[in-house]
Amino acid sequence: MPAPRVSLPAADLARVVVFAAFIAVLGIFPGIYFGASGVPVVIQNAGPLLAGVLLGARRGTAAVLLFLALTAIGLPLLSGGRGGLAPFVGPSGGFLFGWILSALVAGLIVSRAPKLNLPVIGLATLAGLLADYLIGIPFLGAYLGDLGAAAVQSLVFVPGDLCKVAATAIIAAVVHRALPGTLPRTAQTE
Amino acid sequence: MTPLGLYEPGGSVLHRAPAGPKLLTVVALAAAVVLLDSPWWLGGALAAVLAGYVVARVPRRRWWPLVRTLVIVSVVVFAVQWWLLGATTAAVVCLRLVTALAAASLFTLTTRVDDVVSTVERVVRPLQRFGVRPEMVGLLVGLTVQAIATLSGIAGEVRAAAKARGADRSPTAFVVPFLVRTLRHADQLGEALAARGTGDR
Repeated sequence: MPAPRVSLPAADLARVVVFAAFIAVLGIFPGIYFGASGVPVVIQNAGPLLAGVLLGARRGTAAVLLFLALTAIGLPLLSGGRGGLAPFVGPSGGFLFGWILSALVAGLIVSRAPKLNLPVIGLATLAGLLADYLIGIPFLGAYLGDLGAAAVQSLVFVPGDLCKVAATAIIAAVVHRALPGTLPRTAQTE
Repeated sequence: MTPLGLYEPGGSVLHRAPAGPKLLTVVALAAAVVLLDSPWWLGGALAAVLAGYVVARVPRRRWWPLVRTLVIVSVVVFAVQWWLLGATTAAVVCLRLVTALAAASLFTLTTRVDDVVSTVERVVRPLQRFGVRPEMVGLLVGLTVQAIATLSGIAGEVRAAAKARGADRSPTAFVVPFLVRTLRHADQLGEALAARGTGDR
């Protein structure tokens, strides 16, 4: 068996770059209208979940890292034209760092699962969201000096986030059907 | 490198300071602010950051939106914290928030994206023996900025197409075709990169 490649082949590099750009465009583009509501929903935080379930753990995490790095060096890529270091040191910065774990967890679940169907993808996106909370809420707690208060404040986002998780899973399942072979399926090749 | 940046041109000491140490200072300050509990120390830190804004001569059109955002966020955070944890804690939390955000924004306002990129390239150079290639840093930044422009165009087309089909309120009618075209674009970019020998050693 040949040694595993350390460097990123061109196709992987392109996926990582283009998906980092995809997450950025989700923020730049005005929100999507869901159903009858007149309020556009910001869907950028679905980006890391999509990166994980569509690209797999390694490339998905790399795409999120690249996106966050570009934001941190001063490009206004976060929704609402925010960027620079401020969003990372602010109270909700933990949720941004959590995106990395989000993509990793969602990607690991999808690529380890024996079959790629909607329940598996749904589980992966839900676990990805929980991974984001796992980093974001303690970070907010450190800011506020009280973990309980941080958890209570974060409850506001739970209903919206759950809707996004469900929508992300459905979208990812459709995309996987439209473009089979998007995800490197280690389970099948072995 | 890109007109997209948040950099505000200027010639002050802060603008000319090297990006690496400046970044380390901001990170150290943010960490200190989270650890500090005394309103007096936090107030001192905030005064130091505000002095930085004066030194950098940040124009009003750049600091005014920042002040507005900080005031709105602080009022909301203060109200919730006061209710949950009491007035002193609320004041400390707000001081932390304003200090950290103001310092981070000052870094972004006074530092060119190019300077950060070349600093990162320099910092990762010793990692070359572990397979890290410094010249990839600039390439990644450039490629991604280019891809953002391309994908914005694709997003506009896909949205127009969904609207023409009367499906402009369905999230799948926009996101699915957008994602499919995004992944196709990635494949094309991958082929173009492979043809130029990028990604091989």
